[in-house]
Amino acid sequence: MRAVDAIMECLKAEGVDVVFGYPGGANLPTYDAFVDAGIRHVLVRHEAGGGHAAEGYAKASGRVGVVFATSGPGATNIVTPLTDAMMDSVPLVAFTGQVRTELLGTDGFQEADTFGITMPIVKHSFVIQHPTEIPRVVHEAFHIARTGRPGPVLIDIPQDLSRAEIDYQPVEDVHLPGYQPTLDGNSKQIRLAAKALANARRPVLYAGGGVISAQASEELTELARSGNFPVTCTLMGLGAFPAPDQQWLGMLGMHGTRAANYAMDEADLIVAIGARFDDRITGKLSEFAPRAKFIHIDIDPAEISKNVPAHIPIVGDAKRILARLVGEYRALEPDAARLTGWWERIEHWRSQHPLRYDDSADSEIKPQYLVEALYKATNDGDCILSSDVGQHQMWAAQYFHFKGPRRWINSGGLGTMGFGLPAAIGAAIACPDVPSVLLTGDGSFQMNIQELGTAKQFDVPVKCVIMDNGYLGMVRQWQELFWDRRYSNVEMGSYPDWVKLAEAYGAHGVLLQDKTTLVEDLRTALATPGPVVVDVKVTREENTYPMIAPGAAAREMVG
Amino acid sequence: MGEPGTKEVLSLEELEASVGLRTGRKHILSILVENKPGVLTRIAGLFARRGFNIDTLAVGPTDDPTLSRITLTLDGAMHPIDQVTKQLHKLVNVIKIRDLEPTETVARELALFKVSADGSTRAEVMQMVEIFRGKIIDVSKRSVIIEVTGSFDKIEAFERMVRPFGLIEMARTGEIAISRGRGET
Repeated sequence: MRAVDAIMECLKAEGVDVVFGYPGGANLPTYDAFVDAGIRHVLVRHEAGGGHAAEGYAKASGRVGVVFATSGPGATNIVTPLTDAMMDSVPLVAFTGQVRTELLGTDGFQEADTFGITMPIVKHSFVIQHPTEIPRVVHEAFHIARTGRPGPVLIDIPQDLSRAEIDYQPVEDVHLPGYQPTLDGNSKQIRLAAKALANARRPVLYAGGGVISAQASEELTELARSGNFPVTCTLMGLGAFPAPDQQWLGMLGMHGTRAANYAMDEADLIVAIGARFDDRITGKLSEFAPRAKFIHIDIDPAEISKNVPAHIPIVGDAKRILARLVGEYRALEPDAARLTGWWERIEHWRSQHPLRYDDSADSEIKPQYLVEALYKATNDGDCILSSDVGQHQMWAAQYFHFKGPRRWINSGGLGTMGFGLPAAIGAAIACPDVPSVLLTGDGSFQMNIQELGTAKQFDVPVKCVIMDNGYLGMVRQWQELFWDRRYSNVEMGSYPDWVKLAEAYGAHGVLLQDKTTLVEDLRTALATPGPVVVDVKVTREENTYPMIAPGAAAREMVG
Repeated sequence: MGEPGTKEVLSLEELEASVGLRTGRKHILSILVENKPGVLTRIAGLFARRGFNIDTLAVGPTDDPTLSRITLTLDGAMHPIDQVTKQLHKLVNVIKIRDLEPTETVARELALFKVSADGSTRAEVMQMVEIFRGKIIDVSKRSVIIEVTGSFDKIEAFERMVRPFGLIEMARTGEIAISRGRGET
């Protein structure tokens, strides 16, 4: 059969039920194979939308997202989603077309060095040199994308090789001598970690996106319960521990709660699980958690002691390690009373410094109020909430409570504006039984607005709520706070007319500007079938607080 | 039993962190890689991206045609070596990395020197070559080309000795290395 037909067989063998993509000259053979393959292909309106949709699909389902793009501009358009997936450890396989082998290196039409361009932003990549290697490469790509620390894998296939006839034999297993992720943590280290926890007086569990990737939320919760430990999560880890909860401190970091950041500051033992001590978490590194010893659990050994030296490093799969850590900890029969003073301290911070904002006295909608209203309108967060990047993202992380994993989909590491809409479409396709809601900004939404066409054509009932302040709000906030309020190119005006735009795409559009009826109006909008765009006019100049200024320490939180 | 606690006591004070190791000496990394497209670019790109400086780099085949060996040297004062090796290990095509112990390693480099040598200085240059057990592999009227093999330090020393005669140009391979004893590197 043709190599492209073999690709379809491989996809089916990998359990792929839907892919996202965009055809072009160099991947015409692949698109011919789609005609008879029986695999659902969602035609996006821009390859970047395809990449982010595949990410949203992967983040919502835990399965590998798949995106197809042609050579040249098709491939360069997925550079952003690939980088995004690399930063947030999203399992993705990208197939790019390439010019015919005889044209390689000649600056042929729509030729780009995709392999070279993407090398720093993928977990691994393959360039096909012989058609017979295609089936094995596809399975290796899926294996690498989904195992270990997940990430994007790219396969670049010259057009002539993709249409070549090969003798297809199903591939039973993959053999990668240089790729063997460690899964089981070192037993001695786990025992030592249990002992350290049992002797800690001011412990904090600090969980990141790795807990969600490892499907280890239950184990994390059990560990927290077993010792009555306080828990905080990174932006990527939200949902790994059910919120709200007595043991939940809220998110930590630049826009985290004071309780979470102060607890980190005073902790004597921090257990980092699937988290990587990003600068948005640590602030000023030399003053980060100065009293703490660190247990660092991560499947990627390179993350351990990269930014913060670990005292007890444990490399492996969080699910397996946490399960054993709970057992070891319980066996020590620790004295629960030792944390009484610590909890009193935390309660003090919580009562003194809850998340707060000054609500409007009239019908004006404060952006924080919008998030709270959306939480109510979704029956206390019964949805998958996707977001874009900026103030709305931080307010969502603060005021929307995530009860379980894979209910919060956003771009953390790369901070990609334009991520939200396609990701929400991918999430809706991955989990058709759960409402897919997008909270976006009027800036971010326009960066991949064309995907409304995809949502309409494929009947994806994504509900897009725009926190509309007519500004690039986060940049405006930084200009206000750190650049003497010299606003430079952050004013967006009130364009477009979102209701008309929604209608132009065949979607339902609605404008909301009254606080008093907001929850009910949102409920009505969310219940409207098909794709919906809700334009919510909010206070124009509102700042996201609390905040640790860039490079400052947790103790110096403002707002 | 004064304070509340647990039966197995471990003072958190006892715990020590594995701080990123800066050894302060030169390191020779012997990296076994699959012969796949782009392997060298991946390694070079990784070093550039993470801000690691390569001092020397040598690539060549091994006894197994599917594998190549990359020998690279870097300064352990500038980089935490464990972070370098851990990042390298993440590359799928990297099979094995050895951070070679200097005392357990034989390392050699080959260098070619083109040195001015007319009638008046030729004898002196030849004497230097003999001391360093080098070879003169090409002679012209006013210059010679010398081949020297040896450790990094020996090559450096030879360079210092011949420079006064007029060093026209020099080419060096960078060190390759192999571990002493029966075991594989």
